Amino acid sequence: MRNTWIMWRKELNSYFVSPIAYFLLTMFAMVSALFFWLYLQDFVEYGMAMQMRGQAVPMNLNEQLIRPLLSTEGVIGLFLIPLITMRLFAEEKRSGTIELLATSPIRDSEVILGKWLAALTMYASMLLVAALNFAFLFKYGNPDWKPLAIGYLGLLLQAGALLAIGTFISSLTKNQIIAGAVTFGICLVLWVIKSVGQFETATWAQVLSYTSVLTHFEESFAKGVLDTKDAVFYVTLTFLALFFTARSMESLRWRS
Amino acid sequence: MFNLERFKHGKVRVLHTLISCDKPLMITVKELTKRYARNTAVDHISFEVGKGQIVGFLGPNGAGKTTTMRMLTCFLPPTSGGATVAGCDVLEQPLEVKKRIGYLPETPPLYPEMETGEYLTFVGKLKGLSGAELRKRVDYVCDRCAVADVKNKLLGRLSKGYRQRVGLAQAIIHNPEVLILDEPTAGLDPKQINETRDLIKSLGGDHTIILSTHILPEVEQTCEQVIIINKGKLVATDSVQNLQNRARGAESVLVEISGRNGSVDFAAVQRRLEQVAGVSRVVAKQSHGSRNSFEIESVKGFVRGDLARAVVESGWDLNELRPAALSLEEVFLQLTGNAQEAAPKESQ
Repeated sequence: MRNTWIMWRKELNSYFVSPIAYFLLTMFAMVSALFFWLYLQDFVEYGMAMQMRGQAVPMNLNEQLIRPLLSTEGVIGLFLIPLITMRLFAEEKRSGTIELLATSPIRDSEVILGKWLAALTMYASMLLVAALNFAFLFKYGNPDWKPLAIGYLGLLLQAGALLAIGTFISSLTKNQIIAGAVTFGICLVLWVIKSVGQFETATWAQVLSYTSVLTHFEESFAKGVLDTKDAVFYVTLTFLALFFTARSMESLRWRS
Repeated sequence: MFNLERFKHGKVRVLHTLISCDKPLMITVKELTKRYARNTAVDHISFEVGKGQIVGFLGPNGAGKTTTMRMLTCFLPPTSGGATVAGCDVLEQPLEVKKRIGYLPETPPLYPEMETGEYLTFVGKLKGLSGAELRKRVDYVCDRCAVADVKNKLLGRLSKGYRQRVGLAQAIIHNPEVLILDEPTAGLDPKQINETRDLIKSLGGDHTIILSTHILPEVEQTCEQVIIINKGKLVATDSVQNLQNRARGAESVLVEISGRNGSVDFAAVQRRLEQVAGVSRVVAKQSHGSRNSFEIESVKGFVRGDLARAVVESGWDLNELRPAALSLEEVFLQLTGNAQEAAPKESQ
């Protein structure tokens, strides 16, 4: 446990001494702020239009603003996750520092867990910066905080799974660019296969669409619904990817 | 065919080290083998190292030095055979072994984005140190390895010499019983090489050290014991003293002789040269036309004058007479050369 914490600190430190952390934070904050502004404008215009027609339609911040914004943030995350994970192992392998870790009295699992937790912390701090948008909603409006908290939990679970996949990919290569590109490709595929289910109703299409990481977020967490089956989906995916990372680290030893 | 040379270098020497080891054994390697898909990197190597010894691991490039060291540090698992380091088995108790070793790989494992002090603290924590003890050790190794003046510099900005020394500092941070250093002086300038050697020498006694190198003087200067491997096979294990004696005990001289008028009797020359006092062996090298060269092995002394007189008095011309120095270098080449010849014999 202590070793995991040491690795976590070291990894987090290396994010924040390089420009990558600040780039990620800025990108995520800017893009989510842009969408926040667009959704907010929609929301306000809709409200005014309803008023002019003299209809008293119930307006709901959670349903009409927070939910689409959370979904959008999940998608933005897809694009930035490869940038978070690509260096985790690829860099250690390239520079030979993996030899230091492998010959220190620390278990592979502790190394992997420390690195993955650092990546998750990086992502969480991105969410935190973007949470400033929601702070305004609480100041000028009256949204329910519970669905928002569940939404955030869902985003973290979703990112956890994708970051674990990215960690695995990074452990396969010495080249950061390859690790990043492959992770990005996988994230993209996991995103777009969602739409297969929308055009095709056959079983295979439903199964395929079920494997998309986004469906599990948009259909439950984003609505403020904590569904066990979706949480289990993410946790299972995370465990699987981290397990593969451990096997890949082990194989380093007999392949190299 | 019975190969006396091989017998002498192999089994008897191993026995010799076994007997002379009154200190407890720190490293025992038994039949260690690493096989890859196409080649065998390390082939049934066995040796033992006593506590506090500095052992030079010698071999040409690609001999299997790094692979052996990686197996000792639990970075690579052996294909067969085994090893114990500081009383712990590398296969059964890798974590225990890792606690007791300090390892400097070929390229120092540095994180360019860290500062020296920060890096050493991180490695210290990885090795299980904490609190005041950790701070004390970081200061101590900074001092010991002369990196205190770059403590607040980024590792990525350090010169090669400093990087190597930070690598060494990293290896000794937790005061390990066994130090494994893979080419610790590679890429340093002559002054730094001397400093590093002195440092390594001063570390011996408390620590058991294995260092790999392909530079012979390094072994002569720093090590007490030498393990020579070539193409994955153990060629010799011996004390530096013995190897040097072997090198210095004999002297070899190259002589080129030609007849006054035309050719000389090859056999006659050889017979005459063998009669010179102190000459132990005369090998005819080549002859073209009237020129004949011989390689003469003799005991150390002033044989050259007698040789010259013998040649001239016999009525031949002495064209050339030069010493073919038999240094440690040559012993090394002989040994690694022998191994190449011995390999096919063994498979028969």
